[in-house]
Amino acid sequence: MKSGPGTSGLILNEPLLWEKGKKGRRGMSIPTSDVPEAVLDAGLTGAGPDFPDLSEIDIVRHYTRLSQWNFGVDTGMYPLGSCTMKYNPKINDKLAATPEIASAHPMLDDGSVQGTLQIMYELQKYLAAITGMDAVSLQPSAGAQGELAGMLVFAAYHRSRGSVRTKILIPDTAHGTNPASAALCGFRPVALKANAQGVLDVQAVADLMDDETAGIMLTNPNTLGIFETNIRQIADIVHAKGGLVYGDGANMNAIMGIVDIKKCGVDVMHLNLHKTFSTPHGGGGPGAGPVCVVRELERFLPVPRAVKDSEGYRLEFDRPESIGRVHGFHGNFSVLVRAWSYIRSMGPDNLKKASQLAVLNANYIKERLKKDLHLPYDRPCMHECVFSDLFQHENGVKTLDMAKRLIDHGYHPPTIYFPLVVPGAIMIEPTETECKEDIDLFIEVVQQVVAEAREKPELLLQAPVRTKLRRLDETQAARHPCLRG
Amino acid sequence: MRYLPHTREEITEMLAVVGKDSLEGLFDAIPLECRFAGEIPIPPALTEWQLGDQMREIAASMAVGPDHTVLVGAGRYHHHIPETIHALINRSEFLTAYTPYQPEMAQGTLQGIFEYQTLTARLLGMDVANASLYDGGSALAEALLMGLRVVKKSRRVAVSAAVHPHYRAVARTYLQSTGFELVELPYGPDGRTDVSSLQNMTELAAVAVQSPNFFGVVEDLEAAGTAIHAAGALFVSCFTEPLAFGLLKNPGQCGADIVCGEGQSLGMAPSFGGAALGMFACREEFVRNMPGRLVGETVDLEGRRGFVLTLSTREQHIRREKATSNICSNQGICAMIAGMYMASLGGSGIRELARLNYDKAQYLRAELEKAGATLVFQGPTFNEFVVRFDRDFAPIRQRLKEQKIVAGIDLGRYYSELSGCYLFCVTETISRQTLDRVVREVSL
Repeated sequence: MKSGPGTSGLILNEPLLWEKGKKGRRGMSIPTSDVPEAVLDAGLTGAGPDFPDLSEIDIVRHYTRLSQWNFGVDTGMYPLGSCTMKYNPKINDKLAATPEIASAHPMLDDGSVQGTLQIMYELQKYLAAITGMDAVSLQPSAGAQGELAGMLVFAAYHRSRGSVRTKILIPDTAHGTNPASAALCGFRPVALKANAQGVLDVQAVADLMDDETAGIMLTNPNTLGIFETNIRQIADIVHAKGGLVYGDGANMNAIMGIVDIKKCGVDVMHLNLHKTFSTPHGGGGPGAGPVCVVRELERFLPVPRAVKDSEGYRLEFDRPESIGRVHGFHGNFSVLVRAWSYIRSMGPDNLKKASQLAVLNANYIKERLKKDLHLPYDRPCMHECVFSDLFQHENGVKTLDMAKRLIDHGYHPPTIYFPLVVPGAIMIEPTETECKEDIDLFIEVVQQVVAEAREKPELLLQAPVRTKLRRLDETQAARHPCLRG
Repeated sequence: MRYLPHTREEITEMLAVVGKDSLEGLFDAIPLECRFAGEIPIPPALTEWQLGDQMREIAASMAVGPDHTVLVGAGRYHHHIPETIHALINRSEFLTAYTPYQPEMAQGTLQGIFEYQTLTARLLGMDVANASLYDGGSALAEALLMGLRVVKKSRRVAVSAAVHPHYRAVARTYLQSTGFELVELPYGPDGRTDVSSLQNMTELAAVAVQSPNFFGVVEDLEAAGTAIHAAGALFVSCFTEPLAFGLLKNPGQCGADIVCGEGQSLGMAPSFGGAALGMFACREEFVRNMPGRLVGETVDLEGRRGFVLTLSTREQHIRREKATSNICSNQGICAMIAGMYMASLGGSGIRELARLNYDKAQYLRAELEKAGATLVFQGPTFNEFVVRFDRDFAPIRQRLKEQKIVAGIDLGRYYSELSGCYLFCVTETISRQTLDRVVREVSL
């Protein structure tokens, strides 16, 4: 049996920043003053922060060592379900750092910043084209903020019609941000259960949808990796009762050029540019969560947006029914540039191909692993597949243990314990950028871990052992919080 | 396409395992009425080199570029960024990692964020800082919502009119469907917030004041805090220019309960307003009401020091609609940059740099006054200030622009009563020579 890429190497220790350095050192140059010292009001001044003083090489070694304790997409396969950890192209980073773009100031007049406005305008257009929706705001900084903007659009729409709606339907498979975002807009989440096939029933929606319900918030493909086949009928029911349909676009990577979101009956959707459009996750951010709407809701989108007229590009503010700003400026602009660059690099054919290959990779893994791991919903999946640890219970091994053992073998584990409707869930999303031989090796390694669970479960219970640190005590961290040094 | 590794043969082999004849067949379950018709209507693919040409054209269309001197701050500041930051932050172990949910393979991110939290707490004079929020605007909105959670049964929050107008707009957006009321406190003739109206307000949960404020004026935070606490509300101290706390008293020292603001100044380029960094800190007693991620110290199985995400029972993936916020990320890389920048400056460096910003801005302020400009507000300033001219400044500003200098912004757009008043910013990146040129044009 082949082994995974995991091994151990020389990893260096590194203290915390303030445990090194000497007063008087300096890590960056500061210009010498060419102006006289101004008078300073002693009543306003403080002592300045207690920062360590470090030299440039102290800084460089510190962060280089820290980086070596991390694992990224560039390091290896990162099959983290629902996160779309695809390759992040280098040219995107380079273009985002273009000096004219990086130095652009957001408070200047439109005439000074035609280039950055052009990028915004084009990206708005491309995202509308890819989803089939009519209008786009790029302001939301992340998926969750896109959801919030979308839910505020729901609220503004109902308010504009004099309709008071206090509830929102949210499937039990949903990501936790969905109910949290809806709650911020005064909507009480009403849980919808998925059926035995892992999708929503039309009747279940019909039973709950009433004229006090603002609409439905669903993810399609859903978090089980399954396409909500009844979406059009569900949307018709919601619309007939005066509600709106929100589509969480977290899983757009499965359906580019294949599904037309507007034709599904979706009125508002957000996209995660850090998933589908290849921008780096940065260890937690920044992301970008543009929100796309149908024509009737365009008037509620955040302001400003980029528009184009005979004189060029400009920012449009005059939208009296807008929900307002969700960002101090134009969202995470450097992330937007990267997504623009990705879409221009891919073009229409490759975007569609990316979705096809993402779905092929996931189905291939599902077929090849379903004898080794329990597959609660055995049906064709989209870009990710969800297993559970049911078969391993007899060995006293849980999902967490298998995940930790995968680390020793050189893989970032899949998403675990999500979605909540599958106990012990193991959610694998390979993405399209993994090639067949790497996927084959990953499959073999998972099979090896499953064999270890049977034969030497201790290996899993002790894992990981090849990392710099072993399992960390999360209970102690929460019981006795130490949040700063 | 270089990002798509599958060969035709591999696709055929994989389809056979899956039991499909074609890639299209993978989507059989999708109803016909939901299908995308035709090709996605976007331009065809470009090679890396064509894309580079395209970007050069776009860059050339920027009338204000890197060879300009931009005397504008207003929430986004031009500071020198050391080359080390570019080199370190592009290490893809940081850049291409996900949220550190598997701490054993994310100790780099986790220690880096723990250090960011620590340096941020020290800079702001607070007990605890979180792992960051999206930007200064949403950080203010989250601070007000947090105030409403802490001071239960209160329905109202107040924000100074001298807080960045865009931040106030974001706060209004966040609160618009909550049923809570947001009121504005006026600014006085010295450019500082007038807190006298607080005496008559009831049911106040939180009051936000920015310092230095949008006019560049350093607020009397201690006095504001006393008045806010007397009104029974939490004191939210907001900022757009954290470098100021290298020199000025920090908000914690002045009694702030929650501190929030934008961290772009700490090593990030203006980049048309984003990526941004929402910095957020509070007093220890409020930590369980705090929004956003937190990294905490712990030990591994062998007792060695390590770091994990913690106190997640506040967060949406556990509490769902009862969470302290809907946020489920942080501005990871931006927070790492801020940590690197604060460490590169060090305690003595940040003081020197803050002093330099202060001295240069004071120099221009004084020279413009000598040249006939009027200081609109008499309050003390840091690296921004507002002036009015005794004649139309627009043609002078145009002449300066032809010399590649952007001289301030007109505040009329944000405050109708301040039309013709210009907000200037001077940082360490501006030479005295350039400042003298501005003064000369004004004097002509």
